[in-house]
Amino acid sequence: MEANTRGTGRLPAAFLTPGSSSFMDFLSEHSPEMLPGKRVLPPVQGHVEAPHGTTIVAATFPGGVVLAGDRRATMGNMIAQRDIEKVFPADEYSAVGIAGTAGLAVEMVKLFQLELEHFEKVEGATLSLEGKANRLSTMIRGNLGMAMQGLAVVPLFAGYDVDREKGRIFSYDVTGGRSEEHGYAATGSGSIFARGSMKKLYREDLTEQQATTLVVQALYDAADDDSATGGPDVARRIYPIVTVISDEGFRRLTEAESSEIARSILERRLEQPDGPRAALL
Amino acid sequence: MSTPFYVSPQQAMADRAEYARKGIARGRSLVVLQYADGIVFVGENPSRALHKFSEIYDRIGFAAAGKYNEYENLRIGGVRYADLRGYTYDRDDVTARGLANVYAQTLGTIFSSVGEKPYEVELVVAEVGATPEEDQIYRLPHDGSIVDEHGSVAVGGNAEQISTFLDQRHQDGMSLAEALKLAVQALSNQTNGAEREIPAERLEVAVLDRTRPQQRKFKRIVGRQLSRLLQTEEASAEPTEVPSDNDDE
Repeated sequence: MEANTRGTGRLPAAFLTPGSSSFMDFLSEHSPEMLPGKRVLPPVQGHVEAPHGTTIVAATFPGGVVLAGDRRATMGNMIAQRDIEKVFPADEYSAVGIAGTAGLAVEMVKLFQLELEHFEKVEGATLSLEGKANRLSTMIRGNLGMAMQGLAVVPLFAGYDVDREKGRIFSYDVTGGRSEEHGYAATGSGSIFARGSMKKLYREDLTEQQATTLVVQALYDAADDDSATGGPDVARRIYPIVTVISDEGFRRLTEAESSEIARSILERRLEQPDGPRAALL
Repeated sequence: MSTPFYVSPQQAMADRAEYARKGIARGRSLVVLQYADGIVFVGENPSRALHKFSEIYDRIGFAAAGKYNEYENLRIGGVRYADLRGYTYDRDDVTARGLANVYAQTLGTIFSSVGEKPYEVELVVAEVGATPEEDQIYRLPHDGSIVDEHGSVAVGGNAEQISTFLDQRHQDGMSLAEALKLAVQALSNQTNGAEREIPAERLEVAVLDRTRPQQRKFKRIVGRQLSRLLQTEEASAEPTEVPSDNDDE
């Protein structure tokens, strides 16, 4: 009877083993094949074609942080999806935006959300913001094998640090290297242009409203110069996803709110295609 | 070599059941009640850190009486089961019935396997539905049986007496304050008929609130919110609004 603990329908031993509060640790013990990092990719010739998500931007303001992403996924020179969602709540006080291979990234986010929720339920307390950022780091590192084959996932993690009472941003590289960004950050193919845009527009005393405008401006500039980043699509009513995390928790702007920001930017750009000008000196 | 004494299977099982029941009876009782907007868990617990109630999944809560290390193990097993199932399929595919089944199998196997000592625990698994009719409450005694409960349930030392008390007084569509008051009253009744006061700071209260906008309906009620609810007891004589599906007309 004891030999076949699965046959009786009782919880297998791994479920009742005390110890780790991590869902990933549990998974690697119980069914490692379900972990993204444990999968073996057969050797492939050339490049694997899969939809890629593009630009994610984030900026802090006193009292919180905004995280936003465009809606385009590309596969080579083709637009794979026009309305993909790339910014997700990780838990009540943090969010993650993803650039890179869309399929893998979405799976990573799902597992990351679960990892945080699982810890919270088992321990009865939430992880610190640094702890969450480190967990994400581990997950990206687990994907290194895939990344070497061109299927990289590079997220941007933003959250409200309840202890320090401020918004914080963490950026990553493909190897899982993590660095805290001050003020603003961007990732993905259009990130160079988005960062340039924010560099000129960012100020430390932005209001929440201004910060949301800033990130949409940056996405507009990215879409302007990077073909893989999608601009606001007025005809189809597809607008960037903008999220705000403050001491009140995670909030995603409604479609009406984000369309209003995008439209007002669009209107000004009809007169000034390059957007607002920063002072020369 | 000595021959082991023959013990009849009936006697062996009765002994094990007796052992488990005694263990459970040492613990304090707790009650789980349906109210208009969900399910409330109430128990006496001097500890703030070691919970008797906890969240398993979006709509599923867990309550346990008996030996802490054993029910804590089962609780974590349940969280792992639910999270794995939700990850493999979908969040909607995690149900209290499935979880109760797994717990029943686990408790039953442990109870009847000679090599293991029976668990001294009694569990309640509850799931809040979209309407009170869809609420599910399962009570899982130490031997692996499942009892489908409605309205109210008590587990732990004084369970039988408390259940009878609750069955007579519990009504469908009670407000949270009313249900909480009834629960505290039930817990304060002692075996010898006397009543004792349980101060608010020794109460552990949690709810599965179907009106909560978040996906996760489990919430602990502590501090000021708890004392406010306990105080509205007296004021709750005034008619509370009829708990029906009051959608905007």
